[in-house]
Amino acid sequence: MRFSSRRILVSAALAGLMAAMAACTTDSPAPSTAASPQASAAESSGSGTGAQSKFFVQTDYDAQMAMRSAQPAGPEGKPWEQTIDANLVETAKYKKDGPYHLCFSNAAVNNPWRQVGLKTMQAEVGLHKEISKFTMLDAEGKDDKQISDIAELQGKGCDALIVSPNTTATLTPAVAGACPKLPVIVFDRGVQTDCPVTFIKPIGGYAFGAEAAEFLVTKVPAGGKILALRILPGVDVLETRWSAAKIAFDKSDLDVVGVEFTDGDAAKTKSIVGDYIQRYGKIDGVWMDAGATAVAAVEAFEDAGVPVPPINGEDQEDFLQKWSDAKLTAVAPTYPTYQWRTPIIAALKVLKGEQVPKMWNLPQPTVTQENLATYLKPGMPPLHYALCGCEDLPGYPEKWGGKP
Amino acid sequence: MRRTLPIFIVLAVLLVAIAAVNPYFLEPPAFLAFVKRAAPLVILAAGQYFVIVSGEFDLSVGSLVTAEVVIAARLIDGSAEATWPVLGLMLVLGLLAGLVNGVVTTLLRVPSFITTLGMLLILSGAVFLWTGGAPRGALSAQFRELGRGSLGPVPWSVLILVVAGAVAIWVMRSDFGHTLVAAGDNDRAAALSGVRVARVRTVAFMISGLAAAVAAILLGGFAGVSAQVGVGLEFQAITAVVLGGVALGGGRGSVVAAMAGAFTLEALFTLLNLYGISGALEPAVQGVIIIAAVALGAVSLPRRRAAAS
Repeated sequence: MRFSSRRILVSAALAGLMAAMAACTTDSPAPSTAASPQASAAESSGSGTGAQSKFFVQTDYDAQMAMRSAQPAGPEGKPWEQTIDANLVETAKYKKDGPYHLCFSNAAVNNPWRQVGLKTMQAEVGLHKEISKFTMLDAEGKDDKQISDIAELQGKGCDALIVSPNTTATLTPAVAGACPKLPVIVFDRGVQTDCPVTFIKPIGGYAFGAEAAEFLVTKVPAGGKILALRILPGVDVLETRWSAAKIAFDKSDLDVVGVEFTDGDAAKTKSIVGDYIQRYGKIDGVWMDAGATAVAAVEAFEDAGVPVPPINGEDQEDFLQKWSDAKLTAVAPTYPTYQWRTPIIAALKVLKGEQVPKMWNLPQPTVTQENLATYLKPGMPPLHYALCGCEDLPGYPEKWGGKP
Repeated sequence: MRRTLPIFIVLAVLLVAIAAVNPYFLEPPAFLAFVKRAAPLVILAAGQYFVIVSGEFDLSVGSLVTAEVVIAARLIDGSAEATWPVLGLMLVLGLLAGLVNGVVTTLLRVPSFITTLGMLLILSGAVFLWTGGAPRGALSAQFRELGRGSLGPVPWSVLILVVAGAVAIWVMRSDFGHTLVAAGDNDRAAALSGVRVARVRTVAFMISGLAAAVAAILLGGFAGVSAQVGVGLEFQAITAVVLGGVALGGGRGSVVAAMAGAFTLEALFTLLNLYGISGALEPAVQGVIIIAAVALGAVSLPRRRAAAS
């Protein structure tokens, strides 16, 4: 996941303008639109979650729910090499002798998740003597640059091409164009073609959203008021997280009193949570579609002088630290950064003619109270992602900004 | 005074509208929380007022806020001892950025729109280059206290706001304030009557930079480190100043009205949020306000002159 926030902001602003124009053409006041928490509470099953996302795909949801309980295959303790439901494909036609030149077209390095991931990938490259050269081009979050990057890399004598697409639909033709020339490995976000040799991803967004929502359902008493915080509407990888949570909340006795967008901004998150505490007196649980502003949400409760209710974050160290210090009732589903190791491993397997899964589903662990101590690493920077799978790599922890 | 009255009426109407939806809003804790949240923008608007009334713009304050917070986090890195020196350094950096803006605008005669737009791009580019989008380090609890904590029931940021507001009003009543308005109204006439226009305007930019540093201290304290903390603040500050009836191009308007404009903008955002209207609407609302306020100013101006003559 992770997306170009500027472009999304622009489109969100446009969407906002259109919503404003639509509101102007009717006589009904703005509060009666579906965005209003009070109004939406009256709709659907009465749990206040609104209509299901248009990005929702039932078969994907079902598949991910099944994978959550499946046993991954592969080496113990190395989740980046494990797979769930692997359907192996032959790669003999790509077999060639080393040394290898690997190329990587990266969507962006513009957020902590991608930074941790990239450092992990570079360290993984360093482990393999047979990789003579590693070329990376950074698309800086721009589709057009990534399209030309992919074209440029095809002329650089790469033995395999790794792509982390900036957006799914726009990058599909570029990836499809590269497939006939060299083995292509796609990870993180997918493309709408099955020409890549393998597509690597953790279980996915539905699993993330469901994990957090089911935790709240078990921890918050029936009738409890839930506040759902989302970054932005209309982004596929975030929509799936919310739509799975919506299903879990709809089935429960919880009352979702608000679904708000934070733009991923800590100050805004804190203000929104503060407003809800004032308005409802008490919020009994907080669901978040991403963990970057989880600490800000926790602080809003602290600053209001009320106990912090059950909440979910992500595996960033600042949240894990807060969880441990403030003894929160919390859970952290993850979208593990160790998936950045896998494409290198996959590329070498392909070039050596070994079988790889067509769809490489990586396990997607959850940080819970029981294993919190394993993932809490006080020497690491606050925005470090605990599931980097990088502890055994050379240069850890300094390369990731940590103190030895 | 007649020019400042409308904004207070608008502000009062908005506050009543918020109280109608959320009666708790007018109770002291909730109202103080609102003032606390508005404080950084009000301080930024006061700083921006000095630049605008002198006939210039400062578009660099948003990225200056971001740069200050990111640098502070890296330098403090969670250590309590580093807090006070770094706070001092932030104020100096703010003044320095303002000095550069002022000198380039007045001595090199680059229009301030371009100078400060350039500064915005330079600072945001530098921050991105330095952090790669993910700031390192952490602000200490002592630093956070200014934006998060309170003295008894009154948040520190409200106290800082009161002091900053009082200083701004005092400065505008001093000789400097009068020369500043004169420079904005007609810089040639002001220069001929002995005002050092370049120096006065440079000081105005430095005040704006200082305001950005104070806003950075409050915002960083409120919500912690983020590489997005200052995004869009320059336009919010300009909108607030314009909303307060201060003429773009300089020479007219009061700093009290500019600060009231900031409160009004914050109240408007609060109201939109209470009604569950998406935050994406905020930039659109600001755009409408800027255009409408300037257009209304241009329409009412000839009438006023005609009445005066």
